[in-house]
Amino acid sequence: MDIETFFQNQNNKKQLKILTCGSVDDGKSTLIGRLLFDSKNIYSDQLSQTKIESEKYGTQGKQIDLALLIDGLQAEREQGITIDVAYRYFETEKCKFIIADTPGHEEYTRNMVTGASNSDVGIILVDATKGILDQTKRHTFILSLLGIENIIVAVNKMDLINYDEKKFKDIISSFKNFGREFNFNLQKFIPISALVGDNVFQKNTNISWYNGKSLIDELEEISLNNSFEEEIFSLPVQFVNRLSSDFRGYSGTITSGKIKVNDEVHVFSSKEKIKIIKILTPKGESDFAVKGQAVTLTLDKEVDISRGDLLCSVKNHNYFLSDQFASHIIWMNKEQMIPERNYIFKFINFQTIGKITDLVHKININSFEKIASKFLNLNEIGYTKVALNKNTIFNPYKNNKKLGSFVIIDQFNNQTVGAGVIEHELRRASNISWHQMSINKNLRSSINGQKPCVLWFTGLSGSGKSTIANIIEQKLHKLGKHTYLLDGDNVRHGLNKDLGFTDVDRVENIRRISEVSKLMVDAGLITIVSFISPFKSERKMARELVESDEFIEIYVDTPIEECEKRDPKGLYKKARSGKLKNFTGIDSNYEIPSSPEIILETNIISAEELADEVILYLKQYNKI
Amino acid sequence: MKLSHIDKLESESIHIIREVASEFVNPVMLYSIGKDSSVMLHLAQKAFYPSKIPFKLMHIDTTWKFKEMINFRDDIARNYNLDLLVHINQEGVRNNINPISSGSKIHTDVMKTQSLIQALDKYKFDAAFGGARRDEEKSRAKERIFSFRDKKHRWDPKNQKPELWNLFNTKIDQGESVRVFPLSNWTEIDIWQYIYQENIPLVPLYFAKIRPIIRRNDMMIMVDDDRLKIKENEKIEQKKVRFRTLGCYPLTAAVESDASTVEEIIIELLESKYSERQGRLIDNDQIGSMEKKKQEGYF
Repeated sequence: MDIETFFQNQNNKKQLKILTCGSVDDGKSTLIGRLLFDSKNIYSDQLSQTKIESEKYGTQGKQIDLALLIDGLQAEREQGITIDVAYRYFETEKCKFIIADTPGHEEYTRNMVTGASNSDVGIILVDATKGILDQTKRHTFILSLLGIENIIVAVNKMDLINYDEKKFKDIISSFKNFGREFNFNLQKFIPISALVGDNVFQKNTNISWYNGKSLIDELEEISLNNSFEEEIFSLPVQFVNRLSSDFRGYSGTITSGKIKVNDEVHVFSSKEKIKIIKILTPKGESDFAVKGQAVTLTLDKEVDISRGDLLCSVKNHNYFLSDQFASHIIWMNKEQMIPERNYIFKFINFQTIGKITDLVHKININSFEKIASKFLNLNEIGYTKVALNKNTIFNPYKNNKKLGSFVIIDQFNNQTVGAGVIEHELRRASNISWHQMSINKNLRSSINGQKPCVLWFTGLSGSGKSTIANIIEQKLHKLGKHTYLLDGDNVRHGLNKDLGFTDVDRVENIRRISEVSKLMVDAGLITIVSFISPFKSERKMARELVESDEFIEIYVDTPIEECEKRDPKGLYKKARSGKLKNFTGIDSNYEIPSSPEIILETNIISAEELADEVILYLKQYNKI
Repeated sequence: MKLSHIDKLESESIHIIREVASEFVNPVMLYSIGKDSSVMLHLAQKAFYPSKIPFKLMHIDTTWKFKEMINFRDDIARNYNLDLLVHINQEGVRNNINPISSGSKIHTDVMKTQSLIQALDKYKFDAAFGGARRDEEKSRAKERIFSFRDKKHRWDPKNQKPELWNLFNTKIDQGESVRVFPLSNWTEIDIWQYIYQENIPLVPLYFAKIRPIIRRNDMMIMVDDDRLKIKENEKIEQKKVRFRTLGCYPLTAAVESDASTVEEIIIELLESKYSERQGRLIDNDQIGSMEKKKQEGYF
């Protein structure tokens, strides 16, 4: 073979990222094994290794079990199920394929979403002997949510129903029935048998009534003109290259449109107009660059641009600068999503703290019903409102997948706990402007010779928080200081009387108290807060609402046995007997502070002396 | 203009490399001298052009690499003005750990896995690039591009963070790290095509030449120095061979070949019936052996 012809062919091949999905045992791994095998992308040493493994774990008797080629991790081989996303590669005359193989079980919905996020085409496998299942609907819904425009419904195991045309047609019509509400660009139905290979690569005479193409022919013909994606230039700045003193360039991957030398573009955050001087592409300096290329641009003037900024064309566009938007979120963690809790939101070129302010509804992904709920559990999808703590640039997902997607990261354990697609902006934030007051915090507090702060007491019920807080307030009063004590029990009688003790309500309880204490600090008061406040993230949220030196976290460290012995309100007894649910330390978690400003150990020192310790701290730090 | 498959892979890898440089404090590129490392290095140079690569390269030297590999490594470092660290597990050297009498398993564990962990701890790297590809081996097929390692450098395959779109979770605690694989989506043929198109220099061992070999355990092993003791029933033959992957010379099997240029290698590859890792003795120890090694901290 002539090598240049070979390369020309290679370069003309299109790249197609496909996702196989379907219910458990629909034969996904077998289908992928078949695609690799028939496209001759399996080497003979891999095949002989699979033969050895087939004898050990195989499900196909003496035949080679093609699924074992695919199920990479040892635990999966032994259990015979796919538990993660695996990527596979094969090529044909016309196409280079990257396949994401994802699991079918409902508990692995998050893996399927992961696979779908990077795919162009979805193959939905339906077991001909079982027909449309809940999972089929769920997977179809997810493909549509993630903006996949092309789907192929492959009705598998046709050999087991004797290639029955009527059954195949019944499956098609029931799919079309529930699939009406989805707007796929291309939707095809193919009867196949992955096990024997019918209609995967070769058309088969067993299915003479089927006039359509084989699966591989259908895939090769898909054209990827993302019909909805806009073609206006955008480049999120990923990296500022000024590693050498005589060069300053802005690097990133073009997410839409194209750019030429001398084009004028906007720096989105500052609205400054700049001109492109040089374009460095991976192939060297060029007059132009297009979507998908990782480039470095140099500009006609020195402007303030950093990672997180966006360069985009001056023409009309759909980008928004806002701190709030509506989005669909898929939750991917065992710990449930709680509205108003702070999380890290990571976008294509920056990350910021934010929270989900409202869960408008969650979606039953088997029936597509909208259900009211306060939180999302693992694998659930909800329609939400998100508020970030700074203005950011974004674009609805349907206009630009790269700029309209984000992942959610837990601040404490660094897990990726969720993922979202932006639907539209919420303008609320930009309509409320802050009134500038002429009397400020410093003026208010200076009358009393004090600096305002929050003394935030946290600890188990019965640990002695309120007792110590009370003594401190008396002492400060004697010193002529202005104080206010917010006590957990008292606030629950008024401001927070609508809240119970579930995790969701506890978060909201603390959020309101945090906001109230912020107002009180602004009023110039030394604000004493005495709440169990069991979760790190809410304490962090309270801390971040005020200046960093205004928040003094005081951990009242009393062992639970001691608290239970004291039991001043008889609550431990009730919790132990099961009459009180969600009681901190018994059936609800208390997260010990990792670096509080003050720790008070109540079983060694008296409350009076501990209060003096806190007063001393306030003097040392010039609060009083 | 339409981007080809290779163009797309190239830009994807550059994006990943820049993301690491932006988000991590102290990244390092693990440089193994092989063809994949050579491609990775080439991409890193493109990512920061015209500036220098803003992080160090590190080679974990087992002291049993082919002589030509070491020469090539030092030439590249000099010619491209790279910050290259070389780490050797001195304790392993003192205990005379070697691939011949210690066996491949112990040698790989002590001189590669343990050595790498030593070096990562010593320099406190928070991100380490590796040149692994998902098409190489089944357990690699499931690994994330940004693959989390705990404080002991272990990989937990059942508890990987979901990785969506090209949004990478780069948040770690002190002492933890990530391994980053910018070539995840490249296949062997893509690598060779890219080497050809970009004219990337390679260790000459990849190209067929008459070399002294012996036959041991059905493999052809090159006699690279006198540490390989020739047994009585073995004799040194002069054969025209090349290597599809490179590692420690007593553990790396040669294949008979006439392919002495990149073009000829690609043609040979297209006609081949065997995968590249087949020449690696260490992968075949037991079923799932790569997965086990990776959990322990292997590359």
